[in-house]
Amino acid sequence: MDLASPRYSYGGDEYVFVELAEAMSLSVNFRAMAITNKLKEEDIEGITDICPSNASYMVRLDPDTLHPDKLIERLKEIDAEVGEATGFELRTRVVDVPVMMEDPWTHETLMRFRDRHQDPEATDLEYSARINGHENKDDFIAALMGSPWMVTMIGFVPGLPWCYQLVPPAEQVEVPKYVRPRTFTPKHAFGFGGGFAVVYSVQGAGGYQLYGIAAAPVLDVSQKLRDFKDSIVFPKPGDIFNFRNVAQDEFDEITAKVEDGSFEYRIRDFIFHADRSLADPHSYNDEIKGVLYGD
Amino acid sequence: MAIKVRQPGLLTTVQDSGRIGDYALGMPPSGAMDSFSYAVGNYLVGNGDGAAGLETTYFGPELEFTEDAVIALTGAEIPPKINGEECPTWEALQIEAGDVLSFDYLKNGARSYLSVAGGVDVPEFLGSRATYTLIGLGGFEGRALAEGDEIGVGPSNNSSSHVGKKVDDKYIPTFGKEAELRVIIGLASYRLTEESMEEFLSVEWTVTPDADRIGYRYRGGELRFVEREQPAGAGSDPANVVDFGYPVGSIQVPGGVEPIVLLNDAVTGGGYATIGTVISVDRSRLAQTKTNDKTKFVSVSLEEALRARKENRERLAGIRESLG
Repeated sequence: MDLASPRYSYGGDEYVFVELAEAMSLSVNFRAMAITNKLKEEDIEGITDICPSNASYMVRLDPDTLHPDKLIERLKEIDAEVGEATGFELRTRVVDVPVMMEDPWTHETLMRFRDRHQDPEATDLEYSARINGHENKDDFIAALMGSPWMVTMIGFVPGLPWCYQLVPPAEQVEVPKYVRPRTFTPKHAFGFGGGFAVVYSVQGAGGYQLYGIAAAPVLDVSQKLRDFKDSIVFPKPGDIFNFRNVAQDEFDEITAKVEDGSFEYRIRDFIFHADRSLADPHSYNDEIKGVLYGD
Repeated sequence: MAIKVRQPGLLTTVQDSGRIGDYALGMPPSGAMDSFSYAVGNYLVGNGDGAAGLETTYFGPELEFTEDAVIALTGAEIPPKINGEECPTWEALQIEAGDVLSFDYLKNGARSYLSVAGGVDVPEFLGSRATYTLIGLGGFEGRALAEGDEIGVGPSNNSSSHVGKKVDDKYIPTFGKEAELRVIIGLASYRLTEESMEEFLSVEWTVTPDADRIGYRYRGGELRFVEREQPAGAGSDPANVVDFGYPVGSIQVPGGVEPIVLLNDAVTGGGYATIGTVISVDRSRLAQTKTNDKTKFVSVSLEEALRARKENRERLAGIRESLG
């Protein structure tokens, strides 16, 4: 793990940006979460936003109230206290996230933008399966759906979760982004770029490989659905998402429930032990899925 | 009291001081791009800080007032006219019911602000009336104004006492076709080669037609990234990093040839290396640049940025005081 030296830097006069490592890993994300959670608890005057991200974090502040150097000083202390985040426990939730893989909408989109892709002759799934050493796309889909993911960052646009799979480094999927970004991506598209799976919260431009479409929203500005009662955004950093491939009929059922306002995500409370995940991810993942689907 | 939109102009949106505190959800601040001109507009008409107004870009709208109002126009030089007669800017003006406000062609700058006593009244979204143009939230139905819209105005007290108040010339900014923007180098600037960083800071960049509330793109140089084996999770392009947060004002260079400064409605994070951030004070100046204008980026320290911030605050306080 690259604990060498976090890079502390000013993002202009209103932000402090801390890059914990250049490379993504679960352990560095746990550190980012542990540090930002601790910072939130301290409720320091002058901080307006605390944004944990994959292998880094960012704090927005009012420099008239809190000098950025003063904050950095405190962040270094917190970093030392957190250390390698051994024993990091996260009070979180496990969520069933239904996704229809190889759906007609993202398929239509990816065909339209073939000229911007590394491999215009293959679909995004076929290409990604091949470069990640899978025999075929079904095998690749099984790997994506086989183990749960941690939400490691929210942003780009409101509500979009970046998800990193809870598997050992050798099993992590890695794909390039499109050669040139698309000008269109359907709402709720399930995509992949670098080492991260995402659900596009809204329609718009995008450069991630497209694999499928989520059945339910991650952003609900009208807050009509129960899961959005407290926030227009559903995902939270540290959530554990299990993407589950659903067929057209279940997709349609969920869509109808989203439309009539009765949809609720399947959610179970969970205390996540980082050490156990790092030591034996697969058996811990079975336990996580047992909690989610066991009853 | 309402403002009827006869013609919307190129891009006229409801803006205020922005939506602060939801960046971690992926929600950018939006709000007035030239926060200086916007703030002064509110002082002129006697509004509290943060009252919403209209931001107009390049080509002004044509607006009809249904009742008497007190207004002020600040920011870019887009000569305003009331019922066809040219009227002053940076001054509180009396508007009579039925008056029509229109604009002549843009002379200098890019964005003009219409402040109206009582403030533009649209529903608040997450504590702000600002329009977030990228995905269409906040402001007036989440979008730029269109022909036929009627925009409400909030109640105001004693606004006619402000009529005739004007900003002293010494405080009024001028917007030439060349801008110097102060930048704090940092973030993932280690990804650029030393020569490229020098080039970034010495080249005279040209604002491209891709310049809006989301970001400004520039052309004029070619920058190179330090060669490395791409780290896990980052993706294969040398401009790619493991996706991280983008400060407002941060500069990224996808492809090496087109620096982008991310602005009020931008994406809040992503996977392109950022190399520095335009300081908050100079974003008001940036907002008054337009396509084909020239821009130089000048490296400053945090202390210089904080001093500029303090001077800006004092200038605003001076204006407020001078207006009584």
